[in-house]
Amino acid sequence: MAEIIQQEKGKRGGKKRAKRIIPHMDMTPMVDLMMLLITFFMLTTSMAKAKVMDITLPDKITDPNQEAPKISASRTLNIILGPENKIFWYPGGVKPEEYNNLPPLMETDFSPKGVRQLLLERNRALFRKIADFKQQVITGKIDISQDSLAGAIRSLKNVDDTGPIVLIKAYKAANYGNFVDILDEMNICGIARYTFVDIAWYEEKMVEFAMGGASASSRTSSN
Amino acid sequence: MPKIKLPTKSPRIDMTPMVDTFCVILIFLMLTATMSSPEPAPVSTPYSISEKPTPDFNAMTFLLSADGKVFMNFDNGPDTLLKFRPKVLAEMGKRYGIEFTDAEYREFEKYPSSMGVPIAQMKAFLSTQDGAARKELQVGIPMDSTDNQLAMWIQYARTVNPNIQAVIRGDTQTEFPVVKRVLDILQDLNVKRFSLITSLEAAKINLEEIQQ
Repeated sequence: MAEIIQQEKGKRGGKKRAKRIIPHMDMTPMVDLMMLLITFFMLTTSMAKAKVMDITLPDKITDPNQEAPKISASRTLNIILGPENKIFWYPGGVKPEEYNNLPPLMETDFSPKGVRQLLLERNRALFRKIADFKQQVITGKIDISQDSLAGAIRSLKNVDDTGPIVLIKAYKAANYGNFVDILDEMNICGIARYTFVDIAWYEEKMVEFAMGGASASSRTSSN
Repeated sequence: MPKIKLPTKSPRIDMTPMVDTFCVILIFLMLTATMSSPEPAPVSTPYSISEKPTPDFNAMTFLLSADGKVFMNFDNGPDTLLKFRPKVLAEMGKRYGIEFTDAEYREFEKYPSSMGVPIAQMKAFLSTQDGAARKELQVGIPMDSTDNQLAMWIQYARTVNPNIQAVIRGDTQTEFPVVKRVLDILQDLNVKRFSLITSLEAAKINLEEIQQ
């Protein structure tokens, strides 16, 4: 490509024979420059495109006469995102009238042994159903396209009536990373029904009580 | 025994194939490059298992920085074919009684990354080219109840482009009340579906563990 072979038309009977020279171009600077450009582009491009996670919030209740939809207390699991990557949870519902006798909060964390275990234990039936279905698709027992797979899993989730109804709440000291992490856990564990709701004042109190116990003990130990 | 004499030759490596390969790689990288435009605040997104790609158009992105500022961007970069950015700015100008010039509309249209400028400072922001001065003006979009400009931006973006989706790009360390405030504003304006930008991370679940 870059070598130009000069062919001398042989002059018959010529006295002087021009020496055949192959002109070589020194390509090192060009290669250097290209290397530099390639390195630059490789470092500046972000190959992995960011992904998005969809979330739907419930309607806001603006009408004071309208009541929140009733859900069965036995299936309800309340998860409260606390400060310092802590998760507090309690099952069932709490009536605000019983604020003197609030149930204690259980504490867990974002590790696979923590909240994931908690959710999977409660969602075992549905999770197994989804996992089996996916297994059958992978082994080829069910012939289904990738697009309808998501729809099929969604309909599996829709008919489910055994899994927990998870209400996610965030205490004010939580951060955005916790919020995404907990929604991600919902997707990982295949929770069919979950939503994000405002934290109630008595729940804030419960968190403060749970935290207060811990911080009070640390304060006494430091003194 | 006669010795075989090798002709002395300067060893030269033919670099042509190498140059060819480099050319191909370089062209590939140049074409696929999606230049990451400098964001007003560094943001490290949290991880999730979601594999849905980020929408390239019909999107309004809210950037929530770690120190609680809110920035906004339309279509993740310079305006696309739809050209709705100047229309949104025009509506905002009408609402707040600010006249923008054509040059300012053009500047707004081609600004490559998120903006977090109160509308009163928008004119100054668009007229300067100085990066440091611009950074100074990026104090976040006001969103308290007395002066809720973020809600206005969302509202006009939605009237100009009804198909627009809300996308939230937050830093892992962003305090939750800021996120909550943005979610509340969205909910008040009847935006109930939105997307959170995350980076992909695989999750492993041990099936045996939950079988017991």
